[in-house]
Amino acid sequence: MPSQTPSQTVGPFFSHALTPSGAAARTVPGNRLAGDGTPGTAIRIEGMFVDGAGNPVPDGMIEIWQANDDGRYADGSGSFLGFGRAGTDTSGRYWFRTIKPGSVDSRSAPHINVAVFARGMLNHLFTRIYFSDEGEANAADRVLESVDPARRETLVATRCEGDGMATYEFTLRLQGEQETVFFDA
Amino acid sequence: MSSVRKLNPRDWRAHPDQAHQAYKSTYLRSHSRRLMPLEQSISELSAPVFGHDSVGELDSDLTRSAVRDGEPLGERIIVAGRVLDENGRPVRGALVEVWQANAAGRYHHVQDMHDAPLDPNFRGTGRTLTDDDGRYRFVTIRPGAYPWRNHSNAWRPAHIHFSVFGTAFVQRLVTQMYFPGDPLLALDPIFNSTPDPAARGRLVSQFAPNLTQPEWALGFQFDIVLRGRLETPRES
Repeated sequence: MPSQTPSQTVGPFFSHALTPSGAAARTVPGNRLAGDGTPGTAIRIEGMFVDGAGNPVPDGMIEIWQANDDGRYADGSGSFLGFGRAGTDTSGRYWFRTIKPGSVDSRSAPHINVAVFARGMLNHLFTRIYFSDEGEANAADRVLESVDPARRETLVATRCEGDGMATYEFTLRLQGEQETVFFDA
Repeated sequence: MSSVRKLNPRDWRAHPDQAHQAYKSTYLRSHSRRLMPLEQSISELSAPVFGHDSVGELDSDLTRSAVRDGEPLGERIIVAGRVLDENGRPVRGALVEVWQANAAGRYHHVQDMHDAPLDPNFRGTGRTLTDDDGRYRFVTIRPGAYPWRNHSNAWRPAHIHFSVFGTAFVQRLVTQMYFPGDPLLALDPIFNSTPDPAARGRLVSQFAPNLTQPEWALGFQFDIVLRGRLETPRES
């Protein structure tokens, strides 16, 4: 049986391929997963990606994979892909326009699955985004339950009011006291 | 979703260490705490389904997709292979994306400051979906080596970046394909970040006479293996 192909870093020069703008962006999934017609609560997720010195990572890429409003993952038959990509800007910030996912089962709080890539990262890292206004569901979530309580908040995006849309701030920290919890899934 | 079988773990003998002494950018960009084990659920075992409208007709031919006033310069090559899982099964309909430097070793990217010419007819990005046998095929230009600032007189061996999606989000893989016989491989911290020589060997494409087209282009084969499914537990 064949063995796994090793991971290698995404490097510094991927944005024209993976997170393009303009005509090249036509077929590549970007950071707008949902429009006004997508069923569910429109939300914006934004945040900063910082390295071990607390400096912004201006050449990172964040990918997200999420369920729809009903808590179902897309199977290719509908219009909601459930997947998006954002590159970080020169100040290390990224954003997504999407909808809030439903719970996928009774022991799961609404969450978004995240893969993080950057130059200097030889393997991408997996994490999850939970929502600060889902306190009750978060308390019953079996994944959050498995995480050291002192570190759980690194997985919870903070709700703030944006321009007429619920906006959640989620910071990705690669090292330090507040290092984001990353999963070996 | 008990119908979806769980995946083998990431093979940490095959994958690089996250903090690699010889690759300086890893120092501040590697996690310092242990990865938390996560039991696979539908969130990890499902993945986006990319339809045929997610790739354009010319997206797999990098020698034609960005032409302005002529053909791109350099050695035309064919790069093809299969996307498989560890069980040896083809991964069908997998989105494969590639990006690379041009023949002179320069990326079509605003941040690439290497003193080498851009090619107005080459963008160096491509996309395709695997067929029912897990096969993909790109036509492109052999990329050049280029310098980087990791250490004194550091040069990246010629490579093509690959991004692949499986049928589970945690099968996601981003890697780099190298060329056989490249003397820069022995000196490259990124290639050598994978400690196991056999695993490193899987990053090197093979010259493939059967993919080579007479009077036109050399062929290189590069198969990509994603995590497989755990064998079904025996009924008691």
